[in-house]
Formats: sequence, C-alpha cells, structure tokens
Amino acid sequence: MATASVYGQPIKRREDPRFITGRGRYVDDIKLTGMTYAAFVRSPHAHARIRGIDSAGAKAHPGVVAVFTGKDMTGVNSLPCGWDLRKDKNIPGVVQDLIMPPHMPLSSDAARHVGDPVAVVIADSQAAALDGAEKVVVDWEPLPAVTGTERASQPGQALVHASVPGNAAFKWEIGDRAAADAAFKSAAVVSKKRIVNQRLVANAMEPRACAARFDEATGELTLWVTSQNPHVHRLLMAAFVLGIPEHKMRVIAPDVGGGFGSKIFVYNEEVVIAWAAHQVKRPVRWTATRREAYLTDAQGRDHVTDAEIALSRDGKILGLRVKTTANLGAYLSTFAPAVPTFLYGTLLNGVYTIGAIHCEVTGVFTNTTPVDAYRGAGRPEAAYVVERMVEAGAAALKMDVADLRRRNFIPKFSGAFQTLVAVSYDSGDYGAAFDKLLQIFDYRKFRAEQAEARKHGRLLGVGFSAYIEACSIAPSKVVGALGAGAGLYESGVVRVHPTGKVSVFTGSHSHGQGHETTFAQLVAGELGIAMDDVDIIHGDTGAVAFGMGTYGSRSASVGGTAILMSLNKVKEKGKKIAAHLLEAAPADIEFTGGQFSVKGVPGKSIGFAQVALTAYVPHNYPEGLEPGLDETSFYDPSNFCFPFGAHACVVEVEPETGRVTILRYVAVDDVGNVINPMIVDGMVHGGIAQGVGQALWEGARYDEESGQLVTGSMMDYAMPKADQLPLYETARTVTPTPVNPLGIKGAGETGTIASTPAVVNAVVDALSGMGVDHIEAMPLSPERVWKTIQAAKAGR
Amino acid sequence: MKLPVKMTINGQSQSHEVEPRLLLVHYIREVIGLTGTHVGCDTSQCGACTIEMNGQAVKACNLFAVQADGATIMTIEGLAKDGELHPIQQGFWEKHGLQCGFCTPGMILAAKQLLERYPKPTEQQIRHQLEGNLCRCTGYHNIVKAIEWAAEHMAAK
Repeated sequence: MATASVYGQPIKRREDPRFITGRGRYVDDIKLTGMTYAAFVRSPHAHARIRGIDSAGAKAHPGVVAVFTGKDMTGVNSLPCGWDLRKDKNIPGVVQDLIMPPHMPLSSDAARHVGDPVAVVIADSQAAALDGAEKVVVDWEPLPAVTGTERASQPGQALVHASVPGNAAFKWEIGDRAAADAAFKSAAVVSKKRIVNQRLVANAMEPRACAARFDEATGELTLWVTSQNPHVHRLLMAAFVLGIPEHKMRVIAPDVGGGFGSKIFVYNEEVVIAWAAHQVKRPVRWTATRREAYLTDAQGRDHVTDAEIALSRDGKILGLRVKTTANLGAYLSTFAPAVPTFLYGTLLNGVYTIGAIHCEVTGVFTNTTPVDAYRGAGRPEAAYVVERMVEAGAAALKMDVADLRRRNFIPKFSGAFQTLVAVSYDSGDYGAAFDKLLQIFDYRKFRAEQAEARKHGRLLGVGFSAYIEACSIAPSKVVGALGAGAGLYESGVVRVHPTGKVSVFTGSHSHGQGHETTFAQLVAGELGIAMDDVDIIHGDTGAVAFGMGTYGSRSASVGGTAILMSLNKVKEKGKKIAAHLLEAAPADIEFTGGQFSVKGVPGKSIGFAQVALTAYVPHNYPEGLEPGLDETSFYDPSNFCFPFGAHACVVEVEPETGRVTILRYVAVDDVGNVINPMIVDGMVHGGIAQGVGQALWEGARYDEESGQLVTGSMMDYAMPKADQLPLYETARTVTPTPVNPLGIKGAGETGTIASTPAVVNAVVDALSGMGVDHIEAMPLSPERVWKTIQAAKAGR
Repeated sequence: MKLPVKMTINGQSQSHEVEPRLLLVHYIREVIGLTGTHVGCDTSQCGACTIEMNGQAVKACNLFAVQADGATIMTIEGLAKDGELHPIQQGFWEKHGLQCGFCTPGMILAAKQLLERYPKPTEQQIRHQLEGNLCRCTGYHNIVKAIEWAAEHMAAK
C-alpha cells in the first residue's frame, strides 16, 4: 500500500482548471476541416411500417451533401447485443432463450419507437441539414403499439417484432423455488406488495455526440464519440457492425459530460456517422438535441414486480419471492439482458440472512426507447425491492424497522459469504455501518420528535436503506459463464520517461469521476514522486492499447489495480537497475519515498529519476536486462466487490398538498479503501440526488394510446433542482475488500442505490399513522402522495 | 438572407453576417469559436449556455445572435483576468463544485449574478437562484459550498 502523503487525501482535482475556464474539449467542440453536419429523420410514430422514403426534395436542398436511408447501408450489420441468455450455452437460470431481433442503424422495414431513425441528411451546415431532414418524406403506415410493461405480454397486444411471440424477449429465474415455497408455508407473517420501479432517463448534461473522419491516405477511420468505453465502441463497431479492420479504426472519447450508463452503448447514430464519413469523403458531426436524447438515449429501470416476504414471529426473514417484468424497450441495447437478470436477481439477498429466495424475470419488448444500464443498473431495483419489503415486513409484524434489520444482518465476515442467489460477497460488516448511521442520526431522538410533531398534525417520517451492491465489474470467467460477450478486465500501462516523469495509460474513462487526479495520487504515492510528474492518459484507442471502460464502479478497483500491477513491475525492474548501480543484490534493495536503497546500509541509495535515466541510457547496466522502463498489465478481478452501507432520510409530508420535503439526509457508506475522499463524497452526493430524483420527481411516461414519450423534454421530465435538495451528511466505515490489493470496492453507484428506498420508506413512515404501509409506484409526486392520503382517510 | 451583427465578446469586437435564425449560443460556439458556453437542452431549462450580456446573466440559447447586436458579452473564457481565476472559479475548484464540468461554465456565470444580487447569500438563496441551472453530477451540495466559498473570499477582498 502507498504511504505517501497524497494517497487518501482530499486533493483538488487536476482536471478542474480547464473546466472552470471554459477550455474543456467535448465532442461538440471539435471542428474538422471540411466538416459536414448531420440531422436524422426519425419516426413520429411508436410503431409504423415504412412504405417508402422519398429523399429527392432533401437532396435538392441547397447545402445538402447526401441523404442516406437504411437501404443505402448495405454491408452494415445490426447493432450488437453483448449479453446472451441461452440454455444451450449453459447460462444459468434461463427459462426461455433470449430472442435477439435485428436492430439496424437505420430501419428500413418499420419504426418501433418514437424517435427510431430511418434516414440521415448530411449538409454543409447544421441549418441546411435540419432543413433537408424536414424535406425527407416518409410514407408511414401506423401500426398498433404497446408501451406498458405489464401490458406487453398480455394476449392481443401488438407485437413489436414479428419474431417474438407475446413480446417476451426472455424468461429467467434464480434461487430455489421449492425452498422459498416451503419457507412461506412455515411463515408466521407474509407481506405481499406490488412494486413499480418506473422508467428513468439518464440525462447526462452533455447530450450524446459524435464526429467521424475517414482518411483516404491511410484508410483510417477516426470517431470522436461521447463514450464511457472507447475500446468497447471500437471493438463492437469495427468487428460486428461496420466490418472494418479494428486497427484501422481509432475511437476518441475526449472530455465527456457525464454518462451514468447511457454512454456505454453503441448507438445507431454513431454507426451511421462513422459509415457516412467514408461515403461522403468528408468529416461528419452530429450532436443530439435534448429532445433526441430523451427519445434515443438508452433509458433505465422500468420494472413491475410482485414481491412477498415471509417472516417468523420474532422477525427472522424466512423467505423472499419476487416476480418481475422488465421492459426492454423496442430493441436490445448493448447490455440490456444483463441488467434485469444477473445485475438484479443476484442482489436480492441484500445484507440479510434470508431462509430462501426465488426470483423470476420476464423481459418484454415494447414500442419504447430501449432500456439498458442506468447508474446502478439492476442493483437499485434489487435494493428497492429488498428494502421496501423489509419495511413492509416490519409493518406487518408491528416491529421497529431498525430492530428488524438488526435481527437479520449477515454477521461480520471477510473472505466469502455465499448468498442464495449465486454471488459470494467479499467482506462486510453491515451491522457496523447501520449502527454508525443510527448513532449519527440519533434515531431515538427522532422518534420522540416525530411523535410530538404528529400531535400537531405534522407528518414527519424516517426511512432507512441498508444496501449492498456488486461492482468492480467484473471477473471475466464468471460473467462469461453468465452470458457476457466480453471479458471485463482492465489494462494499465506505466511508462516511465528517461527524466523520471511518468505517463500512465488506462483503459477506463473519466467523464466526471476524476481519474486524472485519483490515479495520479495512486502513482505518485507508490513511486514517491510529485503528482505533477504524472500524466494520466485515457479515452483514446490510439494512445491506450486496450481497455474495457468505465461503468459498474470499476475504475479504481479494476483499472487502478491494473496500474498498481504495472507500478510493481516498474519497481521490481528498478530494483535490478539500482542493485547494479549500488553494487548490491536485487533482493537487498528496498524502494521507499522515491529512493532505491540497500537495506541496512544508510546513505547507500539512488533516486527514481536516476534509475529511469539508466534504463534508457544503459551504459552501466545489468547483464541480460532489457532497456526501458515501460510496463503493461491486465487485471482481471477474481470476484466482484460488494460495497454496502446504510442511509437515512427524514421527510416532512404536507398533508394538504402531498408535497414531500427532505429535512435531513445521512449516508454511511463502506466502499473499502478510498484514494480521494473529496471525490468519493462528491460521487455519493450526486448519486443520492439521482436516487432522490427517482423517488420524488423523475419518470419517463409514455402515452398508452399514441406511444408518445410525454416527458420528452426538460420542461416535462422533472430533473432535480438545487432548491429541492438538502445538504447531505456523509460518513464512512472502512472494510477493505480482499479481492484486490488496493482494498477498494467502488463508489460510483452507492448513492443512487441507497437513496431511493430510503426516501420512499420515509414517506411511507410519515403516513404510517393513517394506516399507510406501502405506496406502489414512484415518483412520490404531490399528486400521488395526496391521493394516498385521501385513500387512507377514506379507509381504502 | 443574412444580417450584420456587431458585439463585444470578452473585450474583443466581433462583426459578422449571420442568418437571422442563428441562436446566440451557436454564434458564440460555431462562429466565434468559444466553446466553453455549452448547449445542454433545447427548452431553456438547463442553463449550460448561461453568459453575461450587458451585465445580466442570460441563457444564450434564448436569444438570436441578431438580438445581441451592439451588446457587451462575457463568456466563461473571459472571466479569469490576467491568468488569475475569479473567486467563483476558485471556489468551484476548492470545493469540488464540478465533476463532468459540462454545466460548470453556466453555473459559474449564474453564480456571478447571484453574488451581485446577494453578496452574503444564505444557502436557500443560493439554491433558489440556481433554479435555472441543472447539474446531474454533484447533487448541488458542493456547488452551494463553492458559492459560499466565493462569497466569503469576495467579501474579504
């Protein structure tokens, strides 16, 4: 472990000066010589057959360079889905094989959701491209559509794809049905609830964008794209979609303005722009408008679940049965099938000792925007089910919610806790995090205040959430056995220059996470050099050999470990060089504080820079040792890491209006070791805000009749604002993971996972005095809460 | 049809012929080449395009370039003077008031107006004044702290 002073410190971010002075460089900031601009023609219908497309008027429009439809894109393949669920591949739990209908970059036969692109207009200016797009005439034959999650598989509904009976994309299960059924038979109390986890839109502040240039001289295609994983983009686009040699394609993800999952995936527009740049022999740029982002960025969540919890009289959780329908949208996005299965069902054990669990999931197609990973991806849905059901169970038993949790926590362990749902936890002390939360929060005092407030007609409530998540994604062997089409290791290259300065190349990507600071802290700490002497390079397949990118809270734990491995190789080689220069045995050399020294011989030492210089000017050099100091490592974790924690939210509900105000929010998280606590706290804050947004305001709503997204702009979709949110109180417990040598678990998604159930539980608690023990759907808008209050008053 | 526009941006006079439908934000980004002003939405909710025009914080997506004829404009690129960060910029850096950085230029210029109106703002005043600027990364906590830091340091000057 690093001991230098920079490691573990709240160091200001090195990337900030460019952002606070307006010198960030995002994709839409890129201007290329001879650049053209693209505008897409999109379906105004949720479902419609394309009888024909007339682009003559667009082609004749001044400034228009080209118009392409799907029929022009011969030789271009379907967008790939990188996760399979098939019995013949021995993927566990498959009840019905995943059906993968084609997802063409520009659809030629039919449009299957509003916004589905069917043509692209490329022009000398953005204005000319937009004018041209308006002149493309599509002869639509509107078809019946289905948007609702539950409705999708009911008899008589429209079929999104003719090849998918009942719109059922797959059926999957996990756990032990017989054991769960037996547990319910023996239970003293059973609580059954319908839980709707509504659809969300990621809303990264930077809309998606891409720019492509084909170089006739070299045959190289360069794509600048808002990507969380440029190498994944390159691999999928080159090998699967465009069929071009991977070494002739360079993908650059420069500054990217937030991702939250939505920029993992390969999108239609990116394929079309990359292909079109070759066709028109000029660079092409496209930037989504926010409206296009709402219609086409992969959306999140959208589960309808029936859950049951079985408890003994003394509050032991005997069983959990979960039946979920997951809406996948119109097409399979890149990792869509993994989200409601292996990223969801495997987390239903929560932080509790549970007698038996069974979960079954049906994935359905609908005429809506595709659904894929959104911050947390499956794990928030699982935590929401578990934490809502635990509180529903406590209500049924008339037991205190904190007390019930404490009776069921998995005891402290390190090494392995085998859950009932396949995964094995790495290390945990769930009770300790919860106890710390109660202590900071002063639970008893709050209950007294709450009782006093109720006497005066004020509705206060507290909600808890004791969550766990799986991150540090992921052990390749494990995910391969579960259906992943890729490995999920990470690469890290440490290149020491002759002057002792260091360039580090990582395959993970920063779009707000602060890699340029965090990784420099790691490297500077390990090598005993100044952070200014370390450069972190990411986001360019032309610079970084390979990588898998950033998602699933993996950058520090997986990407950081790959860098650490290379640092260790640098140190080992440095010891050999130093031993030679100091006339000692390599085994007698120790490296601390940037100095190679002979153990037990004071004053006999040599600096890191001198060793670096010797590696490149090897005049006096060990026999048989290669020159240079440049090391590469790939780290493939042996297991997921499982961060956990406990959050508490205090709300006040206005009885007359149903308006919910957050009075206090306390978070205790355990993400293992922390490199930069300021950055981790910042990520927790943002995650909490997103989870609160889901609980109280956000929701993508489709009109059942027309299939239109009625929340398709920032006027209609309720993004959380500054004056709706509180200051957050954050604290940590530290349980290092034994999985990686850094002891880091991952911090990117914890806030989002924890906060939604905490807020909803708080509102339910506030209304518990009038007999409310559950609210089926989110967001808990004033309207929904008011209706809940009215129904409770009416005794319904 | 194109119309002439003249304005001063970050102390430099600019003169161009533009289409009347060209938005001011696109003029600043595409014609002038100052890309620190961002476009995050198309309904004037997000505030990423906030600039200072004639001393007022305005959303540059809400104006045509021709409406800014004769105006004096400052964008994020013009805020630091002689290489010295403005206290608001410094505050965002000190207090980790940004993550992806996309909303930041607009946030900073909105904060500038906020502090002109309320030199010693309360937390609630800061939050209320930032209603027109969205951030998806920070949950606003550190943005509030950054502006409080700036207020303290501007008062001390």
